[in-house]
Amino acid sequence: MHTYQIVVLVPYVSALVLAAIPGYRVGSIVNVLASAVTFAAGLWLIGDERTVGPYAIVDEFNIVFIAINTLVGFTTSIFSASYIGHEIETGRLPPSFVRFYHAMFQAMMGSMNIALVANNIGLIWVGLELATLITVVMVGLYRTPQSIEAAWKYFILASVGISLAFFGTILIYLAGQPALGEGVPAMTWSLLQGAAAKMDPAILDLAFIFLLIGYGTKIGLAPLHAWLPDAHAEGPTPISAVLSGLLLNVALYALLRFKMLIAGQPAALNPGPVMIVMGLVSLIFAAFMLYQRRDIKRLFAYSSIEHMGLMVFAFGMGGPLANFAGLLHMAMHSLTKSGIFFAVGHIAQAKGTQRIAEITGLSDTHPRLAVAFALAVLAISGMPPFGVFASEFLILTTTFAREPWLALLPAFGLLVGFGALLMRLQGTILGAPTGPTHRVDASSVPMVLHLALVLAAGIFLPAILVAWFQRAAELLG
Amino acid sequence: MIRGYELSHLLAGVMLVTSFALLYQERIASVINTFAAQSVTLALAVAWAAFSQDRSELFITALIALCLKGIVIPVALHRTVVRLGIHREVEKVVGVGIALMVGLALTGLAQALLLKVTQGTASHAREELALALAIILLGFLMMILRRNAVTQVVGFMSMENGLILAATGARGMPLVVEVSVAFSVLIALFVFAVFVFRIRERFDTIDIEALDRMRGDAR
Repeated sequence: MHTYQIVVLVPYVSALVLAAIPGYRVGSIVNVLASAVTFAAGLWLIGDERTVGPYAIVDEFNIVFIAINTLVGFTTSIFSASYIGHEIETGRLPPSFVRFYHAMFQAMMGSMNIALVANNIGLIWVGLELATLITVVMVGLYRTPQSIEAAWKYFILASVGISLAFFGTILIYLAGQPALGEGVPAMTWSLLQGAAAKMDPAILDLAFIFLLIGYGTKIGLAPLHAWLPDAHAEGPTPISAVLSGLLLNVALYALLRFKMLIAGQPAALNPGPVMIVMGLVSLIFAAFMLYQRRDIKRLFAYSSIEHMGLMVFAFGMGGPLANFAGLLHMAMHSLTKSGIFFAVGHIAQAKGTQRIAEITGLSDTHPRLAVAFALAVLAISGMPPFGVFASEFLILTTTFAREPWLALLPAFGLLVGFGALLMRLQGTILGAPTGPTHRVDASSVPMVLHLALVLAAGIFLPAILVAWFQRAAELLG
Repeated sequence: MIRGYELSHLLAGVMLVTSFALLYQERIASVINTFAAQSVTLALAVAWAAFSQDRSELFITALIALCLKGIVIPVALHRTVVRLGIHREVEKVVGVGIALMVGLALTGLAQALLLKVTQGTASHAREELALALAIILLGFLMMILRRNAVTQVVGFMSMENGLILAATGARGMPLVVEVSVAFSVLIALFVFAVFVFRIRERFDTIDIEALDRMRGDAR
């Protein structure tokens, strides 16, 4: 039994177990334990041998994603254990839903892991679709009008996106058929990639457009992003953290795999420029949208669109250095953004609201939380010495070295976004406190851990990690 | 003698016609019936593909399409409409004429695009794929142009019908995927059912318009 099977099976088995556990306390402990085992298996996978089977693949590229996925899944389960306890106490969530919530959490992690290890273009689609449907249900978990509206919008847009992605998948199969024959081989990543040069470039072009729109909807690229802010704002905070930190990455992973495939056929269209344009549009659009947000989770959801745009831009630039920077940025963004959502969860519990205008003077009432939140906001705005600064700096300098004028656009977008975050959020930390405050029960360990990791990566990136990311970036071409 | 692909083209063509019919129905009940007719046609098309391509596993897909989307789902939707006592009329964003013209343009686009692009592959597969893409785009159009939860569900499922037609048109595509498509429809219906009932619970209406007023940021 290879370790990747553990990464997929443990979440599903524990989902079944969790569905049978009625108590909240036992359930959350089992949830944390299962996530810990999955994380351990994910770490083990890094050192394990690489394999290519008919349905699963483990290579340098996807272990980066699996490692991040299992790590953030683990820390989120710790956060969610204390967070959901508070939600039950305040009555926002009926206790009967907790069993459902825990089972769904694990099933979602398992589905994302399926998409990541799949060596089959149909299987990756199934994994992503399952994970999406589960998050739709989770977003509607509170059953308020707003959360149902958000879940509805998410569902409609995501299913349209996923349908288009499926059509693209069929086209890829059709393109691979002449070279690989009928049946499973023409849907296998590793084989398709080898045969790319023999495929019909026109079909590949069309397929890539469908896949870009389909999976791009799930990455949250503008103008297909409409579901993303609502889904982040109205669902439970642990789910917002997982959505921003992981699900967007998995969709990006799928797109990048197809980009690698298309790159194997020189006569097909070059995905680079298309991705650069979509990435830049998302980045700059989201940066301007940040100024008008009134809801704190919505604000950070737009910030996620901004950063996903930057990643797609970096991968669109291509080449070992830009890919390296993009992967690094993805890792840093996952850690920082889920850390921020943990902090936001604390703040929302402390103040009983998500409205930015009603959250004031945290430094007076909750000094430690205020410091952590301020550091997290500085980190996501790309301030040194945090890791996000390093990756953004790398993206900008590589772009500058190759296309000096092009580098101005992402730099402009990032500055606009930085200003917006500073303007919207300084009042929450400084200023005079108003309104009632509550005790915060949620565990601060995950938040501190994520911040520490991002800080450590910004100050000193170990050579092993650099070499590992470089190998993945080279595979990406 | 009718050759295999002529019959499959005929069935795919009937599905396309029902897709157009979905666009101009005035009453929710007839929208649901039209959808049922489309699903039964899909079941026939898939069964014919199973027979002519000699792939018996496709009969399962046909059976799923027939039972689930041809019978169970339409009956459930009819009962939902009656029980909730919602508007019997379909609310439209634009008139029937414009909707049909846009639908026609989309169909033309699908044909032009796919027939031009897929010149290398076997002719019957690409024609079937072009028809399937037209059905998908029409389902998409219906979801945009109809402002009612039930009709949006139907639009979505009609889109899934097109996807299954495309998947069977691509010869030898493994069953794994088709089962998963059927599976996803099942989950989709589950999700939708939950929403329809919850929406009813909250607003006494299932118009999407009512949901639009609940935008979080404008509170």
